[in-house]
Formats: sequence, structure tokens, C-alpha cells
Amino acid sequence: MGWIGEQIDSIKSLQFRQVLTQAISLGMIVTSALIIWKGLMCVTGSESPVVVVLSGSMEPGFKRGDILFLHMSKDPIRAGEIVVFNLDEREIPIVHRVIKVHERQDTEEVDILTKGDNNLGDDRLLYAQGQLWLQRRHIMGRAVGFLPYVGWVTIIMTEKPIIKYILIGALGLLVITSKE
Amino acid sequence: MHSFVYRANALLTFAVTILALMCAMASLSDNFNSPSPTAEVQVLNINWFQKKPDGDDEVSLTLNISANLQTLFTWNTKQVFVFLAAEYETPKNALNQVSLWDGIIPTKEHAQFWIHTTNKYRFIDQGSNLRGKGFNLTLHWHVMPKTGKMFADKLAMTGFRLPETYR
Repeated sequence: MGWIGEQIDSIKSLQFRQVLTQAISLGMIVTSALIIWKGLMCVTGSESPVVVVLSGSMEPGFKRGDILFLHMSKDPIRAGEIVVFNLDEREIPIVHRVIKVHERQDTEEVDILTKGDNNLGDDRLLYAQGQLWLQRRHIMGRAVGFLPYVGWVTIIMTEKPIIKYILIGALGLLVITSKE
Repeated sequence: MHSFVYRANALLTFAVTILALMCAMASLSDNFNSPSPTAEVQVLNINWFQKKPDGDDEVSLTLNISANLQTLFTWNTKQVFVFLAAEYETPKNALNQVSLWDGIIPTKEHAQFWIHTTNKYRFIDQGSNLRGKGFNLTLHWHVMPKTGKMFADKLAMTGFRLPETYR
């Protein structure tokens, strides 16, 4: 009970300038994180430069919870590359390997078929009704590097949002009650 | 500045930084490896070669693939994904790449292999251009590391040709 009394006392004794300073510091941290994220988007040329692997369709290479670094260049897409693509109706990007490429003679148009390494069949089941191929516009980036296990933080926060709220609440409490 | 929370924070930040540095160094060490893989492919038989009802050509082949990819493995290699693609040109398409077979090599011991198989994925053209078509069979490999940068390369074997008539 004494600890709670101490905390309430410390909240009451805060001066306005101190609170403002801490709010601005917090704002600075959040905006610098945003700057880094947007900067990464520019450098890699991809809308989401880092993705988390959500399914087991590329095992044993990529397991659920790994993160992939993406890069999108104007280079033509070739068979074997691991690409991240968005289907027209789905929001969740899919990470699979290109197994067939048919590139037109004079234009940059290309027909692409993908398949997850751990899946039995190709991705035509995932594509929209009647869609047989992916085009360049569907591809968000190529996977160029990866780190294992780091993505579990994102998966846990997405699937159990209560943990996200607890974390933000605890951080907020820490900011308010610390004096330095 | 000496409370538990600050010490834990400093320790955690330091630990994560060191971990990130170690992952980057592991990835860099892969650049010192100069691989010398070898591969050979033979087309043993054209099983059948037809024009499908929708107008596209399809061919079924029996292949003999042998390769030694042991020099690709380093201590930072998790697996090597290898696939064989038929590559050819048609009047409509500047490049067609059709994967015929793929496999995953989990360890260095498995990297020297010999396999006799029909094509795992269907060899279908966009159109009816395959009669008498010359094509390359290219073995591609993608090295997937334990952490860091992935890299890929290939070995093209030329000189294959499909029959002039359907069978």
C-alpha cells in the first residue's frame, strides 16, 4: 500500500513543464521510428521493406515468425526468386517462390506463377477466380535477406491484441511515473 | 540512474546490438566462400508431346540430373533450394522459364546427388511453339542462410531440342 501511496504522490507533484518535456521526448522517439521506416521504404523501393512470415508454406527455409528483408528493383523477375505479392482482394501479402516466367518480347509485361516450397501444388488455388498468372504489379518485392525468430513479437501482438494494450499501458505508466 | 529498470534497459539494448552485429558478421563471412559446383543433365526420354485442347503445347520428359553442390555450403547455410528450369524463346515471349523439378538440400552430405525422375511440374507453353524447339536446361540454386543475405546462381546446359512432331 505504501508503494501505491508513493506513486500517487509522485503523480500529484509533477510540474506542467516536466510533463510537457516527457510528452515531447516520447513524440520524438515515435517520429524518429517513423522516419527510419519511411526511409527504408525509399531505399528498398518497396511498400513494406520488412515482412513477417505468417504461414508454414515455405518451410523448412522460412518458418513462421521469421522476418524477411525485401528489395524491389526494375530488374526483370526470374524463376527461383522469392517474391512477396498482394492479390487484388487480399490484404495479407504472400511470400512464395516463382516457378514459371513468361516474359513478352517487346514490353515489360510478364506472366508469373508462384508456389510455396512446402505446398504440393502451385498458387493458382490462391489467385482470384479465373486468374492464372501474376503480373508485375502484384509483386511488392523480392526477399534478399532474413532473420529468424524476430517476427514472433509482431505475430503475438496481432493475434493476442490484449498483450499490445498491456505493453502500451505499461510504457505509458513508466513514462508518467519516471522523473528523469 | 542506478535503478533496476535502467540497468535492465541498458543491458537489453547492448545485448540486442551485439546480436545484430553477430548476425551481420555471419552473413558477411559467406562472401569469403568461393563455390565451384558442377552439374549434368540428360533427357532420357520424351514420354509424350501433345497439343492440349486449349491450344497450348505440353511435353512430359524423363530426366537424369546429377550434381555436386557441396562447395556452396558454409557454416551459415541452412539449406540450398535447387531447381531445374527449361528456358527457351518464342515469337510472343522473349523468355520462358518453366521449372521442371525442384528439391531441397538440407545438409552438405546430401549436396552430391543423382536423380532419375519425370518432370515434377508440367512443361506447358503459352501457345503452340514447342515443335522442334531448342531449349536450355538450367540448374538454379538458392542458398538460404541461417541469418542474413540470400544468394543465388545457376548453370545453363544448352543443346536440348524437342521433337519436330507430336507423339
